[in-house]
Amino acid sequence: MHIVVCIKQVPDSAQIRVHPVTNTIMRQGVPTIINPYDLFALEEALRLRDRFGGEVTVLTLGPPMAEDSLRKALAFGADRAVLLTDRFFAGSDTLATSFALSMALKKIGEEFGEPPIVFTGKQTIDGDTAQVGPGIAKRRDLNQLTYVARIVEVDPAAGEIAVERRAEGGLQVLKSRMPVLITMLEGANEMRRGTLDNALGAARAQVVRWSAADAGIEDLTKCGLRGSPTIVKKVFAPTARAEKAKRVNTEEGSTAEANAAALVEAIFTRQPDLQTDLMRTAGNHYLPGGH
Amino acid sequence: MSNAPKPAPAAGAGRASTRKELPEHFKAYRHVWVAMEMEHGKVHPVSFELLGEGRKLADKRGVELAGVVMGGDGEEVAAAAIEAFEHGADVVYTIVDPILTHYRNDPYTRALTDLVNTYKPEILLLGATNLGRDLAGSVATTLLTGLTADCTELAIDDEGSLAATRPTFGGSLLCTIFTLNYRPQMATVRPRVMAMPEREPGRRGRIVSHDLGLAEAEIVTKVLDFIADGDSGRAALPYADIVVAGGLGLRSAENMQLVKALAAVLGGEYGGSRPLVQKGWITADRQIGQTGKTIRPRLYIAAGISGAIQHRVGVEGADTIVAINTDPNAPIMEFAHLAIVGDAVKILPALTDAFARHLSVNRLAS
Repeated sequence: MHIVVCIKQVPDSAQIRVHPVTNTIMRQGVPTIINPYDLFALEEALRLRDRFGGEVTVLTLGPPMAEDSLRKALAFGADRAVLLTDRFFAGSDTLATSFALSMALKKIGEEFGEPPIVFTGKQTIDGDTAQVGPGIAKRRDLNQLTYVARIVEVDPAAGEIAVERRAEGGLQVLKSRMPVLITMLEGANEMRRGTLDNALGAARAQVVRWSAADAGIEDLTKCGLRGSPTIVKKVFAPTARAEKAKRVNTEEGSTAEANAAALVEAIFTRQPDLQTDLMRTAGNHYLPGGH
Repeated sequence: MSNAPKPAPAAGAGRASTRKELPEHFKAYRHVWVAMEMEHGKVHPVSFELLGEGRKLADKRGVELAGVVMGGDGEEVAAAAIEAFEHGADVVYTIVDPILTHYRNDPYTRALTDLVNTYKPEILLLGATNLGRDLAGSVATTLLTGLTADCTELAIDDEGSLAATRPTFGGSLLCTIFTLNYRPQMATVRPRVMAMPEREPGRRGRIVSHDLGLAEAEIVTKVLDFIADGDSGRAALPYADIVVAGGLGLRSAENMQLVKALAAVLGGEYGGSRPLVQKGWITADRQIGQTGKTIRPRLYIAAGISGAIQHRVGVEGADTIVAINTDPNAPIMEFAHLAIVGDAVKILPALTDAFARHLSVNRLAS
């Protein structure tokens, strides 16, 4: 079974800083990582390959340096890496991104075999939109299974897959015909450690590098800024609140008990109605003998 | 899915940023729509929050506000339509079909796409829930139009376009996004970001019913089962009146108990910052902030949370934010309303006692 995993190289958002004067992102020195949600997708793909045989291809759209993330994926055990990179993709929104990726997927299918399953993470940590997965599914006519917490069963012969999908208030158990696009939820599995063999192989591996033309994209108006219906008009920093927090414990050395009592007083002075409501409801939780 | 209709995109020519006047064929696209979310026969509150916001947009634009209700049970759909009217809708488009009993991407995408192509809304809003994001991404791609995710603010600009503001780069910046040359303009908004509108009992409007026109045999995804969450409080975080949350200042997983104890005394919910999920001290559905849940409680107590911008965007809708932190210069001290400089591990148990005593005394006295 040939499985494709779409990953993205993202800046480690925990380490991003905003320039205090210009309100621009300071990218210098910010390390890049594989989007953490994509690792759940990659691990799930590797497990299915280990079980059913076949190959795992990782695909990414990005600048030439995104090759680093593909090599990391190879070190985890992926069999093949494809980097889709071209200046025509610059400025792509989610619709243009899903177009480019879907064209690369079509090409991957033609070159290396049609994948019954395409995986992605549930969203990226830089864009946070969760739109590219559904976009790819629609463009490639794949049945869409998002927020998958667990793969219940795969039957390659029957061309069927059953999954548990996170929904409001519980898990939906769905059975679908393949081919499918699955976006994996966090915590679905734990990424394996790469083996030494894989690490050595990854360093030597040839990453397939495709331009827009290589991926069979003829209509460049569907790519990059031109292919993006959404336009970013303004970027700005959130405004700070004028009033600073009221400090409850102004005296040095006051006890935790005194501070706590002062805080309770301050909260109910600020919100008297909250006190009334709490006495009606929350009181039941602790009063001896209940009500 | 290959037999899904591929409608002509409502795309204009030329560079979007250079547009001065609305292209002629856009004039057919009018009105503001909210795709209402229903699961297990109940409307998700985010749909009402969106109707409240949609009402403002529709009034500014001088057009109608519509709700879209899709479902398998006619009575449930009718009841949801009435709720939509009472929360501000002028019109409700309904599709009732057994195929729509449980949410599935394919039939819901086709139903909503078909409604859009038939009745042509100018703006289409959905909740940024798992269901809403799943559906919105498919519908926008089918229609080849723009979609802006997880907006925190929606406005109409002077030219009548939707200005959708959303956090970017993990919440450290905001950006305002337009979809100028394509219709409809689509956006999703997370639960609890917009205020719940006042309900007007007895308010009614027009119902337009529409047929799905699909056979179950055409749908290749089947719902086998639904496993309800055992702990019924799990999903309640965004709608809790009181939330107590912990951060790395708690120092150990065991000290999460102190947060839970305070939440229990107040009859509230507990949660935590992102690092606690990474450390496994809390589950992902308890994470508060940009990549977790947005909350809007009456009282929010943040214990040992420094308050990075990612956390702030998830809590700033709270009526009262209380910070407990050893660092007087932590970012949370800037946006909290009340603050105590001190060790959360010591103050939390004292606070639990103080609340219990205070409420008990006042309760007995009242």
